Amino acid sequence: MAASSKKWVLGAIVLAVLVPLLQPVFPDVVSNYRLFLISTMIIASIAVLGLNLLTGFNGQFSLGHGAFYAVGAYTAAILMDKLNVPYWATIPAAAIVCFIVGYLFGLPALKLEGHYLALATFALALAVPQILKYKWLEGLTGGVQGIVLMKPEVPFGLPLSEDQWLYYFCLVVMIVLFWGAANMLNSRSGRAMMAIRDQYMAADTMGIDTALYKTVTFGISAAYTGIAGALSASAIAFVAPDSFGIFLSIKFLIGLVVGGMGSLLGSVLGGIFYVLVDNSAQSLTQFIRNDLGLPFDLSAYTVFGVLLIAIIYLMPMGIAGGLFMAYRKLRGARA
Amino acid sequence: MAALLEVSGLKAFYGQTQSLYDVAFDIPMGGITTLLGANGAGKTTTLRAICNMVRTDGTIRFDGKNIRGMATEEIVRQRIAHVPEGRGTFTTLTVDENLRIAAYTRKDKQAVKDELERVFVYFPRLKERIQQQAGTLSGGEQQMLAIARALMLKPRLMLLDEPSFGLAPLIVLEIFRILRRINEEEKVSILLVEQNAALALDLATHAYVLETGKVVMSGPSDVVKNDENVRKSYLGY
Amino acid sequence: MEQFLQQIASGLANGAIYACVALALVMIYVSTDHINFAQGEMAMFSTYISWQLMSWGMSFWVAFVLTVLISFAMGVLIERLILRPLHNAPVLSIIVVFIGLLAIFNSMAGAFWSYLIKEFPSPFPKAEFGIAGVIGPHQLGVVLITLIVLGLLFVFFRYTPLGLAMRAAAQNPQSARLVGVRVDWMLALGWGLAASVGAVAGIMVAHIVYLEPNMMGGILLYAFASALVGGISNPAGAVAGGFIVGILENMVAYGGNQLEKATGIYIIGNGEKLTVALIIVIFVLTVKPAGLFGRVVVKRV
Repeated sequence: MAASSKKWVLGAIVLAVLVPLLQPVFPDVVSNYRLFLISTMIIASIAVLGLNLLTGFNGQFSLGHGAFYAVGAYTAAILMDKLNVPYWATIPAAAIVCFIVGYLFGLPALKLEGHYLALATFALALAVPQILKYKWLEGLTGGVQGIVLMKPEVPFGLPLSEDQWLYYFCLVVMIVLFWGAANMLNSRSGRAMMAIRDQYMAADTMGIDTALYKTVTFGISAAYTGIAGALSASAIAFVAPDSFGIFLSIKFLIGLVVGGMGSLLGSVLGGIFYVLVDNSAQSLTQFIRNDLGLPFDLSAYTVFGVLLIAIIYLMPMGIAGGLFMAYRKLRGARA
Repeated sequence: MAALLEVSGLKAFYGQTQSLYDVAFDIPMGGITTLLGANGAGKTTTLRAICNMVRTDGTIRFDGKNIRGMATEEIVRQRIAHVPEGRGTFTTLTVDENLRIAAYTRKDKQAVKDELERVFVYFPRLKERIQQQAGTLSGGEQQMLAIARALMLKPRLMLLDEPSFGLAPLIVLEIFRILRRINEEEKVSILLVEQNAALALDLATHAYVLETGKVVMSGPSDVVKNDENVRKSYLGY
Repeated sequence: MEQFLQQIASGLANGAIYACVALALVMIYVSTDHINFAQGEMAMFSTYISWQLMSWGMSFWVAFVLTVLISFAMGVLIERLILRPLHNAPVLSIIVVFIGLLAIFNSMAGAFWSYLIKEFPSPFPKAEFGIAGVIGPHQLGVVLITLIVLGLLFVFFRYTPLGLAMRAAAQNPQSARLVGVRVDWMLALGWGLAASVGAVAGIMVAHIVYLEPNMMGGILLYAFASALVGGISNPAGAVAGGFIVGILENMVAYGGNQLEKATGIYIIGNGEKLTVALIIVIFVLTVKPAGLFGRVVVKRV
């Protein structure tokens, strides 16, 4: 990583750690609700990073990452609910389970290119809610009702609110995961991953074990998104099958495309973005109904859909890509 | 005699790579012109450029009308027929369908019927195989089908890209004989790109020689045929 | 026995729907090499349009014809305005655009007509036919309409010049241009037809699954399975695949129900239909990607 970007990242981390501590001083600005919202953005960023690793950096298109998120969430929920596993231990557990599931899915995926892989993962996403409601799993999954959980308790009697603690927990996980991803991408493995994305035939002939890289990347990607799912189980303190349908995968896709494929910063921006739009959808709907007087219930997804198409046309590299281009122009860099 | 096709300053690009640098030639009305050159000289590219199948720059005028930059299908509708390298047969369609599709742009149903009959006179073999799937025809038959299809467009200019490619000598002779008949009887001007320089120079009235994207020689075919360089490089003696 | 026949009949009716949607998918795939992930939502949206026309007083069949025409126009517009400029874009970009369309159609349907489930009328008389108790009038009607639509399409593609031009454009666009066919318009027409066929499917199925914005999700998954089983490059195969999958789906559910009745063990039933479709999709993609009647395309290096 370039020295200048390292400075930015460190600065951001310092801010991220210190600002929430100002809650007693600015209780309205640094409110619990805001912290919770930011926690969901952090979780979203991790989920989008997972998808980015597979699609943006390795070129395997997945429309079904909601499935891995669901597996992570349910793994965490079941461990906490049935086995009283503490919330922090569910994170590595979900990572392992999702890695295995992702790797297993990556094996048949080796044979599938472009649309066909998109099709297979799309099918997976469509079927997930039904799979979660399967009768034989009801004992574990709680069926349609889902599982109710408890939010993580603040440990060691620290003078923090539950939301503050949740925020720091998610932040730590995010920093670890992003740092890991950055290192992986900068290494030989990372270059191999990207070579597979860009010039598959060449990579194969060059002696890169493309099959191994592709399946392992699938596993790691699933693990990342699964960790996000596990975090969300703790954060929301509830899991139910119908929240893991096709639209969840679509949200990840939006985060990926809007934020920027093949970019770590893009994953963060993408996560922030889709949480923001999701949340402001309510007020947007009300605005359209009440202020503009139109009899429509504009859903976030109309905005999402239009944005997806617009971004592909105008800024295919997403916001991160756009920022990068702007930065280079300002610096006067030569192409 | 006015030129049917006038090309000047023609450049052509495959993506970022430039293939033609400054090609200029005229196709007279009614004649057979041949474009010779080694592999990679740009002969096929020239034909493609005329039909806007590659990115071009320069001037191309057909019967006085500027056609450079027009969509391929619109150029074809100006009555230029291009028989491409590899024949371009619709392999999953029957012989009959391959011919009918060429008549797609024509409104005169009766004339189309007559045309079809005339085509079968030139290529009786096609009539025998009329319901056969085009992909199952032999190489020679597919070449005939490709030319027949071009005829169905009632073209004023026919572009042929290496019609002799991969065919047995006897078949090639037969096809070239038919081309001559088409030129004389149907009054179709022909621009012929050929590797087989001897045959091409026998058939053609005019010739141009291309080398690395530029025209290096031009003239009536018997003059070109006897040129020393041409004899050494393309005719082998 | 009677129940078994009922399941076959119901499987045929479902299969007819899958066949239509699968055909729409295959038509677009054959001409553009793309899978229209938004096909289901487009069909659903068209169905809402027909519902709206009927609520404005039109009779079922008038609304039906009008909707088919409107859907045709919608398909052509989408191809010309949104997809044509992306002709040479990477596959990923185009898939993203399809997903965008999916999201837009789904949410707009919800916005205009709310998410409340609506009843949708059946145009077929309530009377029972001679095959009493085995096949309902609506199911029979669905199969009939489907066969008529498929028949019309077959005649169109086989025997009309325009149909021939579309087939040529799909098979070999470059050669088609060289005989003067306006290939871009052929693609747009293909989209229009696919949208129309999808509309027919939506209107036929709405009576069975009730009209709501998410009604086509499962059906789309089954249509994918059908197209893959039949061979995604083969329109006739898609139709065959639809009927096969429709009957298979019902047989599996029926078998599961019988098993549960006999032994009390529940392995599979109506609640697992999407999972079955998923398994079919994965199975065909990994084991026999060309399906029963398609051809495997060899990738050129």
